[in-house]
Amino acid sequence: MIPVPAVSRRELFKRFGLAGAAALMLPELDRVLAFQRDVKGGATPAGALSASEAATLAAICARLIPTDENGPGAAEARAAVYIDRALTGWLAPSREAYSVGLAAVDDAARARGAKRFVDLPPAEQDAVLRSLEDTPFFALARTHTIQGTFCDPAYGGNANFVGWDLIGYPGVRLNVTAADQRMNSPVAPIRRSAYDYAMFAAGAH
Amino acid sequence: MPTTLKPTDIVIVGMGAAGGVAALPLAQAGLKVIGLEAGTWLTSKDFAPDELRNNYRAWPQSVQKANREVPTHRPSASAPYSPRPAFHPMMNGVGGTSLHYWAQSWRLSPWDFKVVSETTKRYGASRLPRGSTVEDWPFGIEEIERYYDIAERELGVSGKAGNIGGTIDRRGNIFEAPRRREYPMPPLRWTDWHDKMAAAAKNLGWNPFPGPAAINTRSYENRPGCAYHGFCARGGCHVNAKGSTAVTTIPKAQKTGNLEVVTEAHVTEVNVDNNGHVTGVTYVKGTEVFVQPASVVMLATYTYENVRTLLLSKSKAFPNGLANNHGQVGRHYMTHATGGSVQALFAENLNNWYGLPAQGVAVDDFADDNFDHSTLDFIGGGNLFVYSDRRPIVAASMTTFGKAPQWGSSWKAFVKQNADRWHAAYMQKTTMPYEDNYLDLDPTVKDPLGLPVCRITADFKDNERKAAAYVADKMEQWYRAAGATEVVRNPLGTMGPSTHAYGGTRMGDNPETNVVNRWGFAHEVPNLGILGASVMGTSGAHNPTLTVQALAWRTAEYLVKNWTKVAGR
Repeated sequence: MIPVPAVSRRELFKRFGLAGAAALMLPELDRVLAFQRDVKGGATPAGALSASEAATLAAICARLIPTDENGPGAAEARAAVYIDRALTGWLAPSREAYSVGLAAVDDAARARGAKRFVDLPPAEQDAVLRSLEDTPFFALARTHTIQGTFCDPAYGGNANFVGWDLIGYPGVRLNVTAADQRMNSPVAPIRRSAYDYAMFAAGAH
Repeated sequence: MPTTLKPTDIVIVGMGAAGGVAALPLAQAGLKVIGLEAGTWLTSKDFAPDELRNNYRAWPQSVQKANREVPTHRPSASAPYSPRPAFHPMMNGVGGTSLHYWAQSWRLSPWDFKVVSETTKRYGASRLPRGSTVEDWPFGIEEIERYYDIAERELGVSGKAGNIGGTIDRRGNIFEAPRRREYPMPPLRWTDWHDKMAAAAKNLGWNPFPGPAAINTRSYENRPGCAYHGFCARGGCHVNAKGSTAVTTIPKAQKTGNLEVVTEAHVTEVNVDNNGHVTGVTYVKGTEVFVQPASVVMLATYTYENVRTLLLSKSKAFPNGLANNHGQVGRHYMTHATGGSVQALFAENLNNWYGLPAQGVAVDDFADDNFDHSTLDFIGGGNLFVYSDRRPIVAASMTTFGKAPQWGSSWKAFVKQNADRWHAAYMQKTTMPYEDNYLDLDPTVKDPLGLPVCRITADFKDNERKAAAYVADKMEQWYRAAGATEVVRNPLGTMGPSTHAYGGTRMGDNPETNVVNRWGFAHEVPNLGILGASVMGTSGAHNPTLTVQALAWRTAEYLVKNWTKVAGR
């Protein structure tokens, strides 16, 4: 074991001044505020991204989970809206990664002769994304696009429950019967958010 | 200057699964107990069925002390550090992680207490893994059967007994040690998915049975039965059917008038006098520092924090950390090797959208020493567990079993068809303690108070890897027997921060190799009790919580019966 220098009690008390206390308290406050912003953001919450960045992100999301013969995708789910809003709150630590990553996507589009990623036809957009598949930003965007498509709609994504409908998730219920759990008699979708239930709406910060 | 508070009989550090249990027999005996908890009280309204919040954001409403103290990990003393997880595996709050755990409430196997002697007897001493520091526990399972029984009743555990007083019942776990009576409640229900898996296990000649859970299956102690709503994993229970200590033993202890719970109390040090006795603890609450004097201190935080707090509590009597004059604090670390899951794809929807991870089918035929290891090259094994639990984000994040790309229309078509057709088994495998698997303080990473976090130096050894591969084979066999069309295996992962972390303050009669004695009190510090899986010397192949709670009750009962001797007054 590596020896650790002893910390005197007096020094500990010195450290527990207001600065220490502030360090303890502030992250709590930050997280509560992030939750408020993410879940209670209101009808048209301000996002973190510029209009141009938001457009690029929306186009990426639309290719990751496209609108096709299997129905609505990330565009209809408003996954990019979820991400943009969350970047002002919980996902704020990823804000910089998005700036850099979205710029890289537009750069890759320019290399293909387009002004921006959004100007490319879908097949070419896919080619750009394939070239970036192994980057950390791609993994981040994919993770967040899935979150934005399949999360509780209170966060701004999964709009009109299109994500849950796509995979057949029957929705948030507070009590599930034995019949509801049977393999071959799927229960009808309920299309309710957790926060549509008064007990949680009241409890959310 | 810190405020010195009025002395109390006992201060318990951590009102979680362990401390929350120990408080009850102490308070019932008339001892004055102060329970310090870093988190706050949380109630039904805080437990929104919200996957993003529970499973991806680790509960934004709870106090975040643990998340600022996530242990670091490196596989060995010469290996680079692993990436540090964003969240601590456990949470703060009155009730601790018993608020959001899966609530699987297993008794250990008899073998887990006697690994050295039983292995030697059956296969020869050469079969004990090289470099392992494993010892027999100071007692057999029969010593704690009574305490398992008490914990099952106080918390409300549902299940099906497999061995009552030596009479085997094949509907339960035929491998379990004799128990004095049936569980207080019948097990969580099975769906036709469970029936399908159980039938497949039976066809293989195995013995499937419902796993035990600290979850009500009917009204019990004024709490209702489970609502099976699907948000139990890392989610609190909105109807209080889950037997967290926050709704069972803690309120019951409060009713005696002898337990005072202090929330948002961040304990930084256990205080010691020049005679090597503990005198109380120092904690920070808000912007103030308090000293709580006590005749007896019971350290009941999580494994990593128990070790960390001891190592941070340096004094003249204990220059290398409290109770560490033999250098044993932090030694004998184990996790459960729950990585290396096996995943299967089926040709039909499973309707796993609801339920809970404790609602499952267990197979113990390949756990511990329930099978003959004569021709095998490892000891130990694993519990196989399949269950009904699925939420939309994790469903859509499924593996594509090599059958589809990771995004785009083909991915979407695959996920649309298969989101409810896959399953990932939960497999807890034995791990042994080894010389070079240990916990200490990180030399550079600190919490916001400037105190070093816990550092894990540990990796799975040959024995664990072989046991894991063997158990994965069995799981694959089970899935295929049930009709799975595809099966994949996940890597075993690391021994980094885990919800099943053991050791660091091991219990044993020998003070040269163990931190606490057979009653849970420190060999070097007579009035310091330690609770939690940090005292366990073997991991077994089942969830630790019920064993932790049985031991907590037993340690508290010992204190009640030996108050003058332990408290020194």
